[in-house]
Amino acid sequence: MIRALTVTLALIAATPAAAEVEIQELTTPGGIDLWLVEDHSLPFVALEIRAQGGAALDPEGKRGAANLMTGLLEEGSGDMDAGEFQEAREALAATFEFGVYDDTLSISARMLTENRDEAVALLHQALTEPRFDEDAVERVRAQVLAGLDAAQRRPGTLASRRFFANAFPDAPYGSDSDGTVESVSGLTRDDLMQSFQDLLVTDRAYVGAVGDITPEEAEALIDELLEGVPESGPELGGHVDFAAPGGVDLVDFETPQSIAIFGHQGIGWDDPDYFAAIVLNQILGGDGFDTRLMQELREERGLTYGVGTSLYVFDNAEAIVGSFASANATMGEAVGVVKDVWADLAENGVTEAELEAAKTYMTGEYPLRFTGNDEIARIMVGMQMLDLPPDYVIERNSYIEAVTLEDVNRVAARLLQPEDLYFVVAGQPEGLEDNVVGPAEAEEDAAEEGDETAPAE
Amino acid sequence: MRQLALSLVAALALPAAAAQAQTDDVTTYTLDNGMDVVVIEDHRAPAVVHMVWYRAGSADEPPGLSGVAHFLEHLMFKATDSMEAGEFSTVVAANGGTDNAFTSYDYTAYFQRVAADRLELMMEMESDRMNNLRLTEEDIATERSVILEERNQRVDSNAGALAREQIMASQYLNHRYGQPVIGWRHEMEALTQEDALAWYDLYYSPNNAILVVAGDVEPEAVLALAEEHYGPIPAEPQLPERFRTEEPPQRAARRIIYADPRVGQDYLLRSYLAQERDSGAQEEAAALVYLEQILGGSSFTSLMARELSFDENIALFSGAGYGAMSLDDNTFSLTVAPAEGVTLSEAEAAMDGVITQFLEEGVDEEQFERIKTQLGAAEIYARDDVEGLARRYGAGLTQGLTIEDIEAWPDILQAVTPEDVMAAAEALFDIDSSVTAYVVADRQEALQ
Repeated sequence: MIRALTVTLALIAATPAAAEVEIQELTTPGGIDLWLVEDHSLPFVALEIRAQGGAALDPEGKRGAANLMTGLLEEGSGDMDAGEFQEAREALAATFEFGVYDDTLSISARMLTENRDEAVALLHQALTEPRFDEDAVERVRAQVLAGLDAAQRRPGTLASRRFFANAFPDAPYGSDSDGTVESVSGLTRDDLMQSFQDLLVTDRAYVGAVGDITPEEAEALIDELLEGVPESGPELGGHVDFAAPGGVDLVDFETPQSIAIFGHQGIGWDDPDYFAAIVLNQILGGDGFDTRLMQELREERGLTYGVGTSLYVFDNAEAIVGSFASANATMGEAVGVVKDVWADLAENGVTEAELEAAKTYMTGEYPLRFTGNDEIARIMVGMQMLDLPPDYVIERNSYIEAVTLEDVNRVAARLLQPEDLYFVVAGQPEGLEDNVVGPAEAEEDAAEEGDETAPAE
Repeated sequence: MRQLALSLVAALALPAAAAQAQTDDVTTYTLDNGMDVVVIEDHRAPAVVHMVWYRAGSADEPPGLSGVAHFLEHLMFKATDSMEAGEFSTVVAANGGTDNAFTSYDYTAYFQRVAADRLELMMEMESDRMNNLRLTEEDIATERSVILEERNQRVDSNAGALAREQIMASQYLNHRYGQPVIGWRHEMEALTQEDALAWYDLYYSPNNAILVVAGDVEPEAVLALAEEHYGPIPAEPQLPERFRTEEPPQRAARRIIYADPRVGQDYLLRSYLAQERDSGAQEEAAALVYLEQILGGSSFTSLMARELSFDENIALFSGAGYGAMSLDDNTFSLTVAPAEGVTLSEAEAAMDGVITQFLEEGVDEEQFERIKTQLGAAEIYARDDVEGLARRYGAGLTQGLTIEDIEAWPDILQAVTPEDVMAAAEALFDIDSSVTAYVVADRQEALQ
């Protein structure tokens, strides 16, 4: 039995909070790496399994295969049809969630201790013997097609599709992982089976378990759950750069309030300046009301309800992306303010006070994330996917602390390029002209939904 | 069902700091000035959630001032005697915390998540703005633009939200649940500093507030801090009894069509006025929770999913919704998005067929047992989320329930019988007290 047991007593961030999350790094007899946090205070366990690959593995012309396939994992397996499978799950009061994202397939489960063996057997059945029954395929396909149709009438979706289509025209990130009407209509049962075999594989799967379970039980559980799952899948894609040119790209849409999505090339998590960049992003447009963009657009001018920016780090691409909505009459002014903020930060950098405030916020907020079994399981799997060690939960705040004013201002000058800012505005904004050269991609070929910011209700 | 919140007499009559031991690591007190205190212990992470809930929501607003409760929520982040505008959130963030606020029909609440050792600072600031808010005309102008942009973003740009607004307005003839929480645009545009301050002066008082602290804390220590920071604030002697106009008996089924080219997927929604959880009388609401689950709680195993999506291809989606918690009568609703080639009236007829069939055939025992098991397990899963527990208490106490009612709810859910569900269904499904809405992209096409 190969069982490497490393116990890391992670004292998360001495200031201001200190949490004890004891991560046990295990390898099952079947050879699967597993991180476990034992906590017997509530009689259930939360599991998180993610396999790298995700919707990016959709074959040419079969966009949407991963999405439709994932939607069908809860629609019947083994000798159970969809209804029978769900009845069995409900009788156990277990919860199973299957999700597919740009670069990952995820399985999240909660199982009560009292019937855990039965819940594991049921989930194993879903992960190894999906049926893809014709009636289920057609029912879920109709739901996906209806969603694609509805998306045509949402300005936020239209803007984000245009944005990502032009940002990453030659990568999966440039198109909607739900697929197009044409591609989804053409998917066959064989396509779904192929997608299932390609995406759920053990050699790029990462596993976290938190809750009422011992290391021995957790190892046995994972081996049983993943028994029969193929070991490897197709090769993953290569890196792409952000391709959209700077400027404003308009999507005409009749609505009282325009929506803007903007951004340009970002920075990867393995870049030496990554931590400086996330601190910079916090100051520019991260959480809360104190960011430069929130101050300038909302607090000073009342131009928007909320504005935020994020560093998007895909497996094979990076971007810094922001969004906000503003009345048609004020969108032109708001776009100008965003550009000014961008230029000011690039040229003059941030202040020492802003840096300190951002660092205190970020180091203080981090340990507060470790609440709830499923939350901790998700964090652990996220760390494994970035190849971070268990003690990252201790070290992470010291990386933030180590960021200096010089670091942030260097990365601001390097990262923030006002002339490269690509804006897509959906609506009928006043005072803005479409000045992006070159045809935008056909609408069907476009990308994922942007994050919605929703601060105070 | 009108509930009276803390009246002046009751507030003054409450004994000082009467500690009551409770299950679930929940301890409650009442301060001398009438402020209720709820402490929920969860020592798994060194974090704490600090919340103050006011028994004042949009349904308490005077006529003509829709949106003032929510407007004041925004203005609470402006200056006080000792803090500058925006400083509240800045200090929370500088202490590694997050904060926000929310307004609903029956309450307005403010909360922060911070490291447990920052609790006192939160209390210091939250008690400060309960009594010492200082607004300027500039704050009013800027923040009014922000709430109008919020309405633009959340409602006017969203066909579904506009439809819901019309449905609620049709459901409630005489009760303020018919007015949107965010307000009607023309009334929002006219909100003044005087309106906001009148609201603040009356309702932002300790005898109208509930403090909920949940996380890595000791109850005695929380009480001591609460007495120090909230204790000195005087009770508001003019705090009115919570008065809500009631719905008259509905005598005619109401039907509306909302047409908007931005509707992504046509659907219909049927809603009925429904009994909510009342203090000491939560049984009917518990039965309605089962009814909601039986008819539309699962997209696979509920009756509507089986009949409309599995046995026949009538619905693309279907579902049921019931708001068990509110101060006054809530709604129970059913919704169907028709499959390709099915009209809304065909879908409605099929939906009514499901109701009729259920009333004739009764509850499927196996389905009932599965729902009961899941509701029991949901309690276990809920304990993993201390912030959710904190919300449960804050929402319950601002919506007419007592600590005892909130604690009793899981057992009341487990005690529901199939007969209870049928009795609740018989009482609920009266077409003359319903609203049916068709939400469509194209009126002509939908009504063919």
